[in-house]
Amino acid sequence: MSAAGIIFSNIHDANIADLTRMRTLASVPFGCRYRLIDFTLSNMVNSGITNVNVITHYNYHSLMDHLGSGKDWDLARTRGGIKLLPPFVSAFANNRNALYETRLEALKSINDAVTHIQDDYVVMSDCDVICNIDLNDIINDHIEHGADMTIAVKHVNLTPEQARNTTMFTSNENGEITDIMSYPTDFSGEADVSLNILVMSSSYLKTIVLDAIAHNYVSMNRDVIGRNIGHANFRVYRYDGYFAVISSMAEYFAHSMELIRDAGVRRELFETKNRPIYTKVRNSAPAKYADGAKVKNSLIADGCVIEGQVENSILFRGVKIGKKTVVKNSILFQDTFTGDSVSLNCVLTDKDVVIRDGVTLSGATSMPIYVAKGKMI
Amino acid sequence: MYKKKECVAMLLAGGQGSRLYSLTETTAKPAVEFGGKYRIIDFPMSNCVNSGIDTVGVLTQYQPLVLNEYIGNGQPWDLDRNTGGVMVLPPYQGKTSSDWYRGTANAIYQNLAFIERYDPDYVLILSGDHIYKMDYSEMLAEHKKNGADATIAVLEVPLEEASRFGIMNTDEEGRIYEFEEKPKHPKSTKASMGIYIFNRKTLADYLRRDELNPNSSNDFGKDIIPAMLADGLRMYTFPFRGYWKDVGTLSSLWEANMDLLGSEPKFVLHDRDWRIYSRNNAEPPHFVGENAEISNSIVTEGCKIWGVVENSVLSDGVVIEEGAYVCDSVIMSGVRVGRGSQVNYSIVGSGTEIGAESSVGRPKSAAEGITLVAPGLTLASGTVVPDGTMLNASGTK
Repeated sequence: MSAAGIIFSNIHDANIADLTRMRTLASVPFGCRYRLIDFTLSNMVNSGITNVNVITHYNYHSLMDHLGSGKDWDLARTRGGIKLLPPFVSAFANNRNALYETRLEALKSINDAVTHIQDDYVVMSDCDVICNIDLNDIINDHIEHGADMTIAVKHVNLTPEQARNTTMFTSNENGEITDIMSYPTDFSGEADVSLNILVMSSSYLKTIVLDAIAHNYVSMNRDVIGRNIGHANFRVYRYDGYFAVISSMAEYFAHSMELIRDAGVRRELFETKNRPIYTKVRNSAPAKYADGAKVKNSLIADGCVIEGQVENSILFRGVKIGKKTVVKNSILFQDTFTGDSVSLNCVLTDKDVVIRDGVTLSGATSMPIYVAKGKMI
Repeated sequence: MYKKKECVAMLLAGGQGSRLYSLTETTAKPAVEFGGKYRIIDFPMSNCVNSGIDTVGVLTQYQPLVLNEYIGNGQPWDLDRNTGGVMVLPPYQGKTSSDWYRGTANAIYQNLAFIERYDPDYVLILSGDHIYKMDYSEMLAEHKKNGADATIAVLEVPLEEASRFGIMNTDEEGRIYEFEEKPKHPKSTKASMGIYIFNRKTLADYLRRDELNPNSSNDFGKDIIPAMLADGLRMYTFPFRGYWKDVGTLSSLWEANMDLLGSEPKFVLHDRDWRIYSRNNAEPPHFVGENAEISNSIVTEGCKIWGVVENSVLSDGVVIEEGAYVCDSVIMSGVRVGRGSQVNYSIVGSGTEIGAESSVGRPKSAAEGITLVAPGLTLASGTVVPDGTMLNASGTK
């Protein structure tokens, strides 16, 4: 049994528009030294999937830079390895070259690559799936039940805002899917929410894609899953581990802070035996604490130099905290520089931000202040 | 097909490092951890890459397992190349003879075939037990400018310490006329750093000749350099003005780690123009707990800190539990310091677990000397390791 991976790198970009203005959702920084796609990629690699296709749409330079040859995920391979699939634009004038908008359209546009998948199974995943999961559990469950498609779900309690960005499934006691609801605007409460990880045989995927091309289907949920419920064997795989999906800036902030607050989440995400989360290696020096540094309840990456005070915060690689500076409840992306006597509370700075001496910024947890990439304040 | 290389580096990494005691019991000295996330060998390897040298032979002999695994295919240092790159060179069995490396010169002699495959004009000889950042391309440029047969990097040392080193006596142009190994009455303060550039053909000649001499100790400092001088070869010094430290003893290893600390550290790791590369373990960022206090210290990935850390260097995956106190110490990877324990003026080897309420060493001002706890030990709660002692599996010494 072997499986190939397909990752959608631009799905849900609109959810955190600020952070995805210049990058794909896949390359949004998360968890002090990672990018969102690191979780999905590491899950695949740790589950023995070494043939991974990353479908991109726009804005994907930062993603290309992050992934490089794939060596940091052990995906620089002679056979398989990582492959970026940017939009396929045809040279022939009579072809429509519109950019795809949905997963199914993306799959249709890479039909050629899909046809060439040699592996028995395919795991398709969105790029914003923050969890540490053994994908073999889903694949084995899929095989055991002779399913046509298996979708990982988690039982959660949703707010209306979260529900609006979610796909939910109802299923019977045997795990067979009986209904699907996509992005409902009037739902709250408990539901089986899709992790957006789908498993199927590669031959079934090929059939779906060819069928979608023939019938001009555009939506995986509506046209493929919705139409075939009751005919095909679509099943859910119930996952009960930690799973976070980011559907807004407030949620991005909340899930980040969860990493500080909850040792259990940190343990599960980062310390599951034999399943480390890989990321691009940057060869930063270790973090340096000066005399007079005062740090508590924080996650600190390598390359940081801390001379001031840091509390309940996340410092990405290469952040500098000046003397008498106080940083609380904040997330500072790579190479943020704070001068002396700066005060930050509930602030999210993007890469390469400079906060000059004496500046005070204060937001709220539900509405953190966002400082865009490269800005100087 | 082998592509010609201008300069090939040979890194002597076979040393046992017996004065590091239990730290080198199962690892070669170049693989000893340093500065949080590095191993000693990362420094010469990174220097090579940053100096544009992409062909490096690493000569191993003593306990090579960890070192071989660490170097691997050289990818972390960008030394996984189609031609050249890093190559681990252990002693081997030949058709007519097989031998361990009998000295530094013999080790290179046995690997002349490796060097000659790349047809280099120059050979750079390095050792794997020094901490420094150096641009070898400047040294090579100087070597070429002088039209030298050999160039030896030297460091100015205080006159009172000069008798611990190999001393180069030179004329005003830096040409060496005399070499004295550990002289009682040094005439100069130019100490050899063990970094040599030779013209390849000259080196090969002298190595072959030295091999025929049954009385030779096959050592660069004792045999090759004196022989070249005696023949009147053009030998020059290359003065190095930067941080350089031989970390061959417990106290110098400790000192070199401490030199990374302070607001103006003697040795700067946070240097984006001269990055030091190392193999990465995919560990999460380090976490600092509610009651933790960290000052004047270096902490790296995978650490979890709930206690107090002062003037110390922590390698990856170190756990300092609540109420524990670590001061003036070097804590290697994966060490756990239990609740309420004190660690003062010590080096703790990797993977050791210190049980709760233990006491290792004494505060530096009162201590008899540095304390060493061997790697891989499990210390019961309440263990006391006296200052100035070495604790290993068979007890205290």
